[in-house]
Amino acid sequence: MSIELPIASGGGATHLDGVIKVAILAVGGQGGGVLTNWIESLARAEGYSAQATSVAGVAQRTGATIYYIEMAPASVPTPVFSLAPAQGDIDVMIAAEMMEAGRAIMRGFVTPDRTTLIASTHRALAVSEKMVPGDGMADAAEVRAAAETAARQLVMADMEQAAVGVGSVISASLFGALAGSGALPFKRAAFEEAIRAGGKGVEASLRAFAAGYDLAQGGKEAPAAAASTPAEAAKPAGSAGKLRAYGALLDRINALPAAVQELALPGLRKVVDFQDIAYGAEYLDRLEGILGRDSADRGYVLSREAAKYIANAMAYDDVIRVADLKTRASRFDRIEDQVGSADKLMTLTDYLHPRAEEIAGLLPAGLGARIEASPVWMKRLDRLFNKGRRIRTDRFRGFALLYVMGGLRGWRRKSRRHALEQAHLDDWLNRAIGYLPSSYDMAVEVLRCRRLIKGYSDTHTRGLSKFDRVLDGARLVETRDDGPEWVARLREAALQDEKGEALDGALKTIRSFI
Amino acid sequence: MAERSFKAEVEHLRKGAGTSFTGEGILAITKALLENGVGYVGGYQGAPISHLMDVLADAEDLLGELGVRYEANASEAAAAAMLAASVHYPIRGAVTFKGSVGVNVASDALANLASSGVTGGALVVVGEDYGEGSSIMQERSYAFAMKSQFWLLDPRPNLPSIVKSVGDGFGLSEASNTPVMLMVRIRSCHVTGTFECRENQRPDLTVRDALANPQRDFSRVVLPPMSYQHEHDKIDNRWPAAEKYILDNGLNERFGPKEGKVGLICLGGMYNSVIRALQRLGLADLSGNTDVPLYVMNVTYPLVQSDLLDFCEDKDAVLMIEEGQPEFIEQQLGAMLYKAGSSTKLEGKGTFPKAGEYTGQVMKDGIDDFLRTYAAHLLPGQVLAPNEPAPEIPDLSQTVPIRPPGFCTGCPERPIFASMKLVEQELGKHQISADIGCHLFAALPPFEIGGQTMGYGLGPASNAAFDGGGEKRAISILGDGGFWHNGLSSSIGNMVFNKSDSVAIIVDNYYSAATGGQDIPSSRAKNPSKATNNPITKALEGAGVKWIRQIDRTYDVTQMRATIREALTTDYDGPKVIVASSECMLNRQRREKPQRNAAIKDGTRVEVPRFGVDEDICTGDHACIRLSGCPSLSLKKLDDPLRDDPVAHIDQTCVGCGNCGEVADAAILCPSFYEARVVHNPTGFERWTAGLRNRMISWLQNRRAARRLTFSTDLSEGAA
Repeated sequence: MSIELPIASGGGATHLDGVIKVAILAVGGQGGGVLTNWIESLARAEGYSAQATSVAGVAQRTGATIYYIEMAPASVPTPVFSLAPAQGDIDVMIAAEMMEAGRAIMRGFVTPDRTTLIASTHRALAVSEKMVPGDGMADAAEVRAAAETAARQLVMADMEQAAVGVGSVISASLFGALAGSGALPFKRAAFEEAIRAGGKGVEASLRAFAAGYDLAQGGKEAPAAAASTPAEAAKPAGSAGKLRAYGALLDRINALPAAVQELALPGLRKVVDFQDIAYGAEYLDRLEGILGRDSADRGYVLSREAAKYIANAMAYDDVIRVADLKTRASRFDRIEDQVGSADKLMTLTDYLHPRAEEIAGLLPAGLGARIEASPVWMKRLDRLFNKGRRIRTDRFRGFALLYVMGGLRGWRRKSRRHALEQAHLDDWLNRAIGYLPSSYDMAVEVLRCRRLIKGYSDTHTRGLSKFDRVLDGARLVETRDDGPEWVARLREAALQDEKGEALDGALKTIRSFI
Repeated sequence: MAERSFKAEVEHLRKGAGTSFTGEGILAITKALLENGVGYVGGYQGAPISHLMDVLADAEDLLGELGVRYEANASEAAAAAMLAASVHYPIRGAVTFKGSVGVNVASDALANLASSGVTGGALVVVGEDYGEGSSIMQERSYAFAMKSQFWLLDPRPNLPSIVKSVGDGFGLSEASNTPVMLMVRIRSCHVTGTFECRENQRPDLTVRDALANPQRDFSRVVLPPMSYQHEHDKIDNRWPAAEKYILDNGLNERFGPKEGKVGLICLGGMYNSVIRALQRLGLADLSGNTDVPLYVMNVTYPLVQSDLLDFCEDKDAVLMIEEGQPEFIEQQLGAMLYKAGSSTKLEGKGTFPKAGEYTGQVMKDGIDDFLRTYAAHLLPGQVLAPNEPAPEIPDLSQTVPIRPPGFCTGCPERPIFASMKLVEQELGKHQISADIGCHLFAALPPFEIGGQTMGYGLGPASNAAFDGGGEKRAISILGDGGFWHNGLSSSIGNMVFNKSDSVAIIVDNYYSAATGGQDIPSSRAKNPSKATNNPITKALEGAGVKWIRQIDRTYDVTQMRATIREALTTDYDGPKVIVASSECMLNRQRREKPQRNAAIKDGTRVEVPRFGVDEDICTGDHACIRLSGCPSLSLKKLDDPLRDDPVAHIDQTCVGCGNCGEVADAAILCPSFYEARVVHNPTGFERWTAGLRNRMISWLQNRRAARRLTFSTDLSEGAA
């Protein structure tokens, strides 16, 4: 893509003596219809005959849909246009989302001999990707690699961001990218005229058009939102005494191998933030204990995993943590920023639903255990507390309620929940360390199983049960050479679906060969 | 209020002779109806002709000026029955519906209409197609044309041809006293183009005039012995008259050289893809001038035997290009050639795949294959032996997820199915029967509710075998559109009469939403020309349902779940019907958004809700998504090395319906969800109290921050 584009001659992908075929693959609600109208009216205004088709209906309702435009110069008398795109016969393919670009390639609409592919790299996740309990997001890198092979000319950038950033929608930035790609034999001004002729939201559309145009012309993408600053730069704030004590912990971190530090620092921050500096010291005690049995030959994989998962296990999700996080000033700022209420007022309602278990978990360890063991008492607690609560955190009363709960941090270590979590943590760590020194990889894999424990209430219970079943499975294969691989496989299976059907299948397989 | 307004475009329908019209196929059809002096129009919405109904509805003023009666019929059967006006009166009538589901519903009326025969031209515009975007492609309307013997037009898919076919259809109908079906394919309905206009014509006889002079003719009634006479009339008179009209007026077309060893025969609707394939094979130019003789059937039924035999004469082989199965035309053509003792070889299915759509590639391969066998000399060398192999494209089939349509953001049906899923978690799996409508999307993940769909308004009826009840009750779904279409009698009446011990849930979103938001009898909007605001519950009571629960806010998942649970567990053993009502969000947003924006501009106090997820509280289990599937509830990868899985995230497209918060509460999922309402133009008092509150809250926040270590960024945003 050269900056000085000989626009009159087009990008070369098109057949100027013949029909130009443009397909648009979009997800419902992305404005594919508007983009189609612009392209069609642009072609007509430039003296071309043009025809557009679409399948309405699906477009509104979030499905993937194709718009198709054909155009021919006025020199062609009464051209016969096709109503649907054909494989290997597309000059310009516009994909309004990354996986839709993949779908276009899959359907044969992008070919190296002729197709200019203009694709937005942002993702609109499909339901099948979102509902996986683990990480079900499709691999965009594969699509990018395929696009690089399949397309004759490639324009790939985050067109969604380019449009939203200037207060418009992706159809406009894609139209700009189409102009910038030079794939159509029309001047930039003609494209802009088509937007003006459309008459709706012209100024915003033109801004997004310009952004898309620049991206296609090889301009830079806006810098990624999250500029990564080194962790060390973010020093905490607090009283001198606390900072001194924290500094002592940082010294211990600095004594760790670099590979471990990378995770131990965020781990330490997480547990200190969860409880206090003493808790941070406990974290480092545990971590150093494991490091002592680790070795540089293995790249400290065990300690790295320990640094990560011990922190997650210690900073468990209890009522106190939730209340604490919900009442922080940084949270209020973040939400105000997200909803754009800077110069307006904002109300804030939190959806909470405590159960008897949460209340029992707050009680002193002994009492809590006795109450949890008593169905009568649990029922009583349920009657008193088990109710969906809408807390107006922006109002003083609601805020104060959560604020007081969040302030129970000092009490936390005496609570029933803490005792449970500590016991679980110790069991798990001991179990993992038990595999040392003979089976280092088993120890690593067992540590990683901590990933399965997440969520609240039923989800949390289900996570715990999956964790237990995976560790039971681990016991079955612990003496085998491929034991660690099986544990990894079990863990991945457990993350595939909610009920753990894939996990059951994997366990069945294991039982079939032992 | 329909999803799409054609108010602006409808003005083009007034154009007179000497002007040209540029726009979509459906508008062209409407204009053609007016130019041909139509006396009454009607139909039932459904893709791809929903917009035709919307255009007609938006054109009601113009129709009125011309003395044309417009009726939004209750069903396709009602629409087809309306054509009865053309039986005795010389009035042209046109109705429209989706094929082939429409002809199925309308079959009774169509059969009787075809038997009686018509005096005025009667036209049924059916939207039908194979392939993407067509939901009902498992059958062809062609079989109906054959069995009832009405004629079927399938014009070439460009605006002048489509417009011409409307006039041809009326002419053919009148010349042969037979109703005519005009088939338009899904992409032809939305194809854009230009045609030359003629003046609109008032009908010679309006329906009002006809009412003043009632006609009846005993011989037209479908009763023996007259129906036997109709049978003969069809074969002896109407059919030959139709063939003659088609020939005399050149309704079918031939292209390419007169002579040739081979020929192609295609349906009008497939003409453009045939030409494209020929273009790609180097055998046709951009304007459609072809080197291969081509017979285009703009009338696909009846076949004009003499004309077809003439085309096939002296040819070694012809290729019948007919999408879909069974291959009705190919069978007829084969019999014709055989009986005529022809030596011309007939190819069709076999060269083409028997099932599935004829995409560009299939078309090109099929014609290529045929020509290689019978006329290889025609093909250019480059096609016969391409220089380069076809490019190797990486396989992404394992990577790219499917993306079927689903509930829109804020859809009021989502909480209904979330509630059903929650009830299933408590009471176990139930027999569930679905219906036609947006709610059928609940059959897809993440809900996976509903195992079958038998037809519009037939949800409860298709659970009839389970009406006797048992250990668990059967549940059926019915939309408000389906309820008024067929459901009240076929499903609800059936339940009442058979003392059904099962549960029906009526999804009332105030519109026929799936077809584009048209009004129906229970719509809450005021419609100047239709009677709305007829509550479903009243109809249920009238039909004899005793156990009725009306829910006015489906988003209340706790109540929704309790009601469904009650219906499934109550001692009452008669039919239990839940009417779950909340407005279609697509329509609601279209209505409210402009009002809201105007109010904000005017300085009126407006609250705009939006939901969010606290990303440091979300643990990335995605249980909320498995009870939602909302497009605005998505995932976000945090820049936190301690986190493995992406967390839930609500983007700016959220409309604040509250489903996610309600579900999180009802299912006790997690405390991550919050609702933030931006208050535009707050009152002075509000500002003052908010300021006071904020100071108190900030003081507390600062107090706590001072007693701990505070990290500069949220931990969730990482130690990044």
